[in-house]
Amino acid sequence: MTTAWICVAAVGLATILIKAAGPVLAAEWELPMRAGRVVALVGPALLAALVATQAFASDDELVLDERAAGLLAAAAAIALRAPILVVVLAAALTAAALRALA
Amino acid sequence: MTRGAEYYLAIGANGHTGANFGGAMDATARPLPRSVYLAGARAMLPLTPAVWLFAISFGVLARSAGFDPVASVVMSATTFAGSAQFAAVSVLGAGGTVVAAVAAAVLLNARYAPMGLAAAGAFRGGRLRRLLEAQLLVDESWAISQTKGDSGRPRFDRRRLVGAGLLLYVAWVGGTALGVAAGDGLDPAEFGLDAAFPALFLALLVPLVRTRNAFAAALAGAGLALVLTPVTPAGVPVIAATLAALVGLLPERRLRGAEEPS
Repeated sequence: MTTAWICVAAVGLATILIKAAGPVLAAEWELPMRAGRVVALVGPALLAALVATQAFASDDELVLDERAAGLLAAAAAIALRAPILVVVLAAALTAAALRALA
Repeated sequence: MTRGAEYYLAIGANGHTGANFGGAMDATARPLPRSVYLAGARAMLPLTPAVWLFAISFGVLARSAGFDPVASVVMSATTFAGSAQFAAVSVLGAGGTVVAAVAAAVLLNARYAPMGLAAAGAFRGGRLRRLLEAQLLVDESWAISQTKGDSGRPRFDRRRLVGAGLLLYVAWVGGTALGVAAGDGLDPAEFGLDAAFPALFLALLVPLVRTRNAFAAALAGAGLALVLTPVTPAGVPVIAATLAALVGLLPERRLRGAEEPS
């Protein structure tokens, strides 16, 4: 077995177990009220973290590049209540245009 | 906001998705089950080309890192998580050990544990079915399956997750195969595709922030992730951001100007 296959098998198995852990093990778990309120906020917290890292992180560095401008364009589109496709396109086109100009 | 309209607005700010599936529903009816799967897939459509192009570039990268074609496609089919796959392949390609590659990938995918826990109540059926459906959990499908429930609290819809996840799965595995076959350089950044992902997550985040606590959790989550980025290994910042959800222990108050619950 090659190195690549060992990597594929180990990462695949670990990921399958991680993804399934909550839905399989916590299925019948009735959350207490307070815990329920905490779990409900995992969404906003993680989504905001994904926005931040995908827009401003490059490996282990914080950077301000064309993605930040794209995010700004997306925020403007959201404020104007644009459909999701327009929001995503605004970000991609802004970043692409700035890179083409640079 | 009417009850039936919830499914329409899970994606996009404030319900302006322009989507109307079948057009047969009135304001009070629950949507047909099949239309909810389709709603999930349809909500995922805007980002599918970007995911597909990233999958192609993963295929290209995996080949250049010495993965054989079958191993590259099998990795996309079993791991189905972009950032972890890129990380593992990059580590091996740069001459790193298998242990380092696997550790990087597992660290990056650890965020699916809290995500799966948050969505656990939405899954149905026996253990095997839950295990299989949970594999469709990726950042994008998870975000799209989150709808604004009663009282403004997020709630998960399994059918949206499955609909969105299946579409992404096909795009991801198919794109990988194409990249493996084409094997030629393609840079998604040139098309600004790397900027599309934070934009989508922001569009999905905004409708969820309707209470002071949700606002605080989002701010703290983003702040924690940014502060930790320079000082922790990749993957840790986003997992640590989960801690921001602890503000849920505080009393809840609605943001001024936010809509009343439906």
